[in-house]
Order: sequence, then structure tokens, then C-alpha cells
Amino acid sequence: MIPEQLVDLSRLQFAATAMYHFLFVPLTIGMVWLLVIMESVYVMTGQVVWKDMTRFWGKLFGINFALGVTTGITLEFQFGTNWAYYSHYVGDIFGAPLAIEGLMAFFLESTFIGLFFFGWDRLTKTQHLMVTLLMAVGTNLSALWILIANGWMQNPVGAEFNWQTMRMEMTDFWAVVFNPDAQAKFVHTVSAGYVTGAMFVLAVSSGYLLKGRDVAFAKRSFRVASAFGLASVLSVIVLGDESGYTVGEAQQTKMAALEAMWETEPAPAGLKLIAGINEQAQKNDWEIEIPYLMGLIGTRSVNKQIPGIHEIKARNRARIVNGITAVTALETLRKHRDDAQARRVLEATKGDLGFGLLLKKYTSDVRQATPDMIDRAMHDTVPRVTPMFWSFRIMVGLGFAMLLLFGLSFWSTLKSDCRARPWLLRAAVLMLPAPWIACELGWVVAEYGRQPWTIYGVLPTHMSVSTLSVNSLYGSLAGFIGFYTVLLIVEVYLMQKFARQGPGSLGTGRYQHEPAHA
Amino acid sequence: MIDYPTLKILWWLLIGVLLIGFAIMDGHDMGVGTLLPFVGQGDDERRVVINTVGPHWDGNQVWFITGGGAIFAAWPLVYATAFSGFYWAMLAVLWALFFRPVGFDYRSKIHNATWRSTWDWGLFVGGAVPPLIFGVAFGNLLQGVPFGFDDYLISTYTGSFWQLLNPFALLAGVVSSAMITMHGGTYLAHRTEGAIQQRAARGAAGAAALMVLAFLGAGLWLKFGGIQGYVITSAIDPGALPDPLAKTVARSADAWWLNYHGQPLLWLLPLTGIAGAAAAALLVSARHTLSAFVASSLAIAGVIGTAGAAMFPFVMPSSTQPGASLTVWDSVSSPLTLGLMFWATLIFMPLIVLYTAWAYRVMRGKVTLAHIRANQHTAY
Repeated sequence: MIPEQLVDLSRLQFAATAMYHFLFVPLTIGMVWLLVIMESVYVMTGQVVWKDMTRFWGKLFGINFALGVTTGITLEFQFGTNWAYYSHYVGDIFGAPLAIEGLMAFFLESTFIGLFFFGWDRLTKTQHLMVTLLMAVGTNLSALWILIANGWMQNPVGAEFNWQTMRMEMTDFWAVVFNPDAQAKFVHTVSAGYVTGAMFVLAVSSGYLLKGRDVAFAKRSFRVASAFGLASVLSVIVLGDESGYTVGEAQQTKMAALEAMWETEPAPAGLKLIAGINEQAQKNDWEIEIPYLMGLIGTRSVNKQIPGIHEIKARNRARIVNGITAVTALETLRKHRDDAQARRVLEATKGDLGFGLLLKKYTSDVRQATPDMIDRAMHDTVPRVTPMFWSFRIMVGLGFAMLLLFGLSFWSTLKSDCRARPWLLRAAVLMLPAPWIACELGWVVAEYGRQPWTIYGVLPTHMSVSTLSVNSLYGSLAGFIGFYTVLLIVEVYLMQKFARQGPGSLGTGRYQHEPAHA
Repeated sequence: MIDYPTLKILWWLLIGVLLIGFAIMDGHDMGVGTLLPFVGQGDDERRVVINTVGPHWDGNQVWFITGGGAIFAAWPLVYATAFSGFYWAMLAVLWALFFRPVGFDYRSKIHNATWRSTWDWGLFVGGAVPPLIFGVAFGNLLQGVPFGFDDYLISTYTGSFWQLLNPFALLAGVVSSAMITMHGGTYLAHRTEGAIQQRAARGAAGAAALMVLAFLGAGLWLKFGGIQGYVITSAIDPGALPDPLAKTVARSADAWWLNYHGQPLLWLLPLTGIAGAAAAALLVSARHTLSAFVASSLAIAGVIGTAGAAMFPFVMPSSTQPGASLTVWDSVSSPLTLGLMFWATLIFMPLIVLYTAWAYRVMRGKVTLAHIRANQHTAY
């Protein structure tokens, strides 16, 4: 039996390091396109302020990028160090997009980022723009492949269990690549990154404008950020809705949980704005609802039902019971490879093998599972409703707040001088943390919402871990917390130092707050 | 379609190529990091050293990340067993690598001597620790690692971190460290001039000599020191579905020498390792720095190839449950994934080599003190 504490600590470490990594990634993904836009204007118009914009925002981009690289390696390592059984069980499918990400995307972005910073005097204007563009393409392609891998965890298509090798094996690569979950996730996630990049540039530029410094530089940055941000936030919201629509059981379970929809409601179901969730009694004490809306969004129809939590659990209970047969047959086969009867049974029931493995949390011999264990495993199949419900609502609320901000900013910069509305500039500064909060909560909805599985319906989280000692986990977790705290302090210190210093930090002699020359 | 046995062999070769590529590309900037505190005296000199790899270290590090990804995709069981078994060693590598991105990018952004020298030592750690640990890991692979599988193929490592640090493994760590230092030294000599170049060249030559001695020492220890190799004693079906529990394995004193007895041409590998290092030392002393770098790259290929050829078909032998040892035949992915990844590598690897070469071409030439002083705000 795998100790529950080991599983919890492994999850905590992965969640902490992944969410920490995701503080830096969205900004990289978004800011890189702003750099491409700014540099394109420079190449087309020849105005040096656009070059300075590219270089100054590029400097902040670089500070952020360094930590993105640092913390990204942790995640690749962790699949092997802490999720060894996961790596073995699904490496045949999951490893491929990861390796392709390296070959197709990481090399591209990491090679060209060097030339982006050091190539200004050695490349022609057009060559340098190409370098920036390739860096942007690389960054976004890496998001594509990692989300193909992640999408497969949510909706494991194009693969089959092989009892002889005791793992999942790929049967159709293109099904994995064109997995609707992966595609919806990709566009939603990169758009969220674009919003983050735009928000960052908008807020910092607003700060300069409020202080009335480097106005020509800041106004242009503000304008680019508001236009790019408006387009991006619209895309996040529309494409976020698309991820809601995506079918599949994992998404159904998540939707029921994040909507706190305990009972299957007559179609089209209403959308709950807020509710008093009672996890104990598995119901809502009260709710405020917009009629019909959820059904329309979730099914794109007026007559398809969305299953509620109780219905999903009842369905899963049957699958767990069937899964016991599958696990038993598999264990027989592993001992007696030529047992034809066991092979037939496994063939017939292997769709529910993962559900049978859910019982391994409670007993090492699933044939001995009591009705109580089966019930507990059944309840495990839907994540806790409260964190899902509120994470989702805060994320969506922040999305709409940013839509309003970018809309107003864009209108303001088109209509007249954006300095005419200091309240808007102040709002932009205050909203700086919004995209980060929304991104992290989006991660919670997607990944906490997948529990109790690492691979939905295939591999339970508690079976996925490495067989390490609990003390090893405490040690490594402490190490990560120590390193990451120091790194965050250093990063934020440098970020705010250079953001405060502004374009003067380039030392071109064209801006305020030029550093003294050594 | 390529048949399964061929794919298995191709992937053994490809992982070898990726490891050697990693050691040559990321190795030279790790070597530069190792030498940094010793060859750079004063802040400006250290900035010269750092800026020889400043534009390239990030791209080079992807060899490591891609190597890891390729092992994950092609040898998932090796990835799972090695990374979790070598838990603390892998974390030490990871945490050492933390110092590189921030060291390179943040060091010169603040004018403060303590700040800068702290990050210089950080870059030293990020350059020196990973090659040392990889060498130690290879030293342990040659002796076998205590792990086993249950019926579910859940792997369990039964050793401790400290037993990885046994004398033979430490000697392998010295081979690896000296090799990477030599390599970084030749690169640094190529990209610098004057006193820095002189110190780098001296460092490279010294490291080359140490590497040859340690490499020969490890070979003799392997031959006469009672380290047993592993050999598969059951029939091998290269086309079979991978199942690491389906074979029997015995330990024997001459097992790691069998491939060399069978294929005398393999002796060219250790020969290349030694001759390459000797040539690198001579060439760098005569300031033929580019040739020295090439010779040093050949030495790396020779040394890594020597260990790989000795162990083939073993990748990760088990000392406690020898039958569960991971080999080229039984720890691989499905034919579909191996084939797919083979073509992906074949398409992208040449592209990567091309644009990396272009990036080096753009940044070619010596990094000088004058250059650093003229670019205070943009150089690392």
C-alpha cells in the first residue's frame, strides 16, 4: 500500500512548483508578441523610440524569462523523480509531446533569445526582427506541445492499455495531437498569456503616465498594450467558453463540480451565479441562478442534459465494481501469462480498469474491497465542489473586469490623450495582479478538477507516485520552498528596480533617470 | 516502417548522440562556469568569461532538457527508475542548474561586488556540480544499482544516497568533471585573449591530463579491481514486447569487456577519448584553439562511447534483482512511439544544428575587456 502522506506531499510539491512556474510563463508567452509588434513598427517606421521600447520591455521580459527557464526544468524532472509510476505507465504517449516540445520549440526560443539580447549590433534590422519572431514562435509552440500532453491527461484519446508491457501505449499520434481538449486548452491558455503580457505593459506604462515621465515612450506602450489586451481578453473569454463546451467525461465532471450541480436538472440547466455549498449534505443551501444559460453554454442545445454530481457518481460506482473484475483478471495474467480466460475477461472489462485501480487507495487486494470502500472510491471520483466553484467564479469575474479595463483603455487612447483619464491609469496599475490570479485559478480548475486521476479514467493519482520515503518528500519540499522564496525575492526586486528606472536603464541618453556611467 | 529490433538499436544510438551532444554543447558552458572563478580576476575579466557563453548557454541547456524528454519518450522505464532512484542526486543537479539562468541574467544587473561574486560562485556550482553527478551516476550504472520491480512494474530503489558516493563512482565523477573542464577551457581559450586565454589554456591542459589519468585508472579498476559486469543468460528476442522481468541475468568479472572482445573495432572509442584529450592539451597550449575544441569534443564522444559500448545492451543494471535490469531490449516504448520520435529527431536535429551554428557565427570573435567596458548596460 502506498502511504497517503506520500501521495499528498508529492501532489503538494507538484502543485507548488507548477503554480510557481506558471507565475512566469504567461508573461513570457504574451510579452514576446508585444516585442514582435513593437519591433515590427520600428523596422517599418525607423523611429528609434520603438527600438527602445523593444529593448526596455525586452529587458523586463528577460528577467522574467530567466525564472521561467529555471522553474520549468523542475517540472520535467519531477515526472521522473516523483511520479515514476506515472512516467512508466503513460510515458509511451506523454513523453512524445514533451520530447517534441524540446526539439521543435525549446531549442528555437532558447537559441534565439540569446541573439535577441546580444544581436542588436550584429544583425540587420530585418534579421533581428526575424530572430524576435522565431523566439515568439518557439515560445508559443512549446505551449502547444505541453498542452497537448496536458490535454491527453484530461481526455486520453489515441491510446490503449497493454497488459504485457503493463502500460498505456499510443495507437494514434494524430488523435493525441488533435485532441479537442488539447486544442481548446492551448488557445485558452496562450490567450491568457497574451492578456498577462498586455496587462503588465499597460500597468507599468500607466505608472509612468501618472508620474508624467517618459511620456512619448509610455503612451505608445499603453496604446499597443490596450489594443493587444482587448483582442486577447476577448479571445480568452470566447475560447474559455469553448473549453467548457468540449465534451468528454473529465470535462463533464469538472463542469458539474464547478457549477455545484448536484442533481441532473431538466435541460437547459440554469447557471448559478453564487451558491451556499454544503459539501457534507452534498447540496446547496441556497443559490442565485440565471435560468437556461448553463445548458446553452455547456451543450450548445436546448434539450441536452448536463449530468449532475449524483448521477456521475452513480455511474462511476458501477464502473468501479466492473473495474474490480478487470484488476483481478490483470493480476492473474501478470502471474500466469497464458491464462486465456483471464485475458478474455480483461479484454472485456479493461475500459474500467482505471476505476478498479481507484480501490488501491483503500486495499491492496481489490477483491477484498468492502461496499464502504467502493462508496469511498465513488465519492473520490468528483473533486470537492467548493474550491472548484469559487476558483471558477473569481477567474471569470477577473476576466470580465479586464475586458472592461482593456475596452476603456483602448477607447481612451483612440479618443484622445490617455493621460486625460488618470482614474483609468490608476485602475490599470491596481489591476496588475489580476491576470496572474486568474491564470493560477484556471490551473486549479483544470488540474484540481481532474482529481482523483492523473490520467482521467486511466490512472489514479495515488498510484502514480514514486516509491520514496515521506522524509525525502519533506526534504525536497523544504528545498524547493527555500530556493523558490529566494529566487522570487530577487526576481521581484530586479523587476521593480528596472520598472521604476524605466527606459532610462538602457543608458541611451534619451530618457529620464539615466544611470550614472561607471 | 522500421522493424522493432532496429528501432531499439537506433534509439540506443540516438540517446548516445543526444548525451554526447549535451556534453559537447552544454558541457562547454558548464566548463566555462567551472573555470569562471579561477580564470577571471576582477569583475571585468569575469564578465568577459561569462559573455563568451552569454548568448548561447540557454540554447545549449536545451540539449539537456531534450535529452531528458527523449529518454522519457523512448525509455520511459529508465526515466522513471533512474530519476526516482537517484532522487537526491537528481535534485542536486536540478538545484545546481537553478543558479545558471539567474546567474547569467541577473549577475551584472546590479553594481555590487558581493552580489556579483555570489552569482559567480553560483555559476561555478551550476557548471561544476551537474557533470560531477552525471559522472558519479555513470560510475554507479557500471556497478549496478539496487532496484527492483513488482508485478505492476512499480520500481523501488532500496539503496541510499550515500552509497552512490562510493570510490569507483567518485573516480568516474572525476573523469566527467575533468573532461567538461577541459572542454570549457578550450572553448574559453578560443573566445578570449591575453591573460584570460592563457589561464584558460593552462586549465584545459591540466584538466585533460587529469581526465586521461582518471579514465585509465577507472579502466584498470574495472579490469582488475573486482567490479563485476552483467550479462543476459536467457535467450534474447530483440523483437519481443518489452518486459524487463522476462530474462535472467548473471554477474561476471569480464562481462563489461565482452563487447570489446567480440568487436575489436570498439577499442577505437577509448583510444579516441585518450588521443582526443592529449591532442586538445597540445593544441590549446599551442593556441590552435578551435582545433583544440574539436579534439576535446572527440574526446568526449570517445569517453561516453566507451562506457556505452561496455554496457550494451544494458542501460541500468540492477544489483539486487539482476533479472530486472533495464536493457535496450526491454525498457523501450512501443514501436509506434519509437518510430515517430525517430523521424521527429531526424527532421529537427539537423535544423537545430544549423541555426545553432548560425547563432555562433553571428556572435563569433573574441570577447574583449574593451567590449565589456563599452557595453556596461547590455552585456551580462
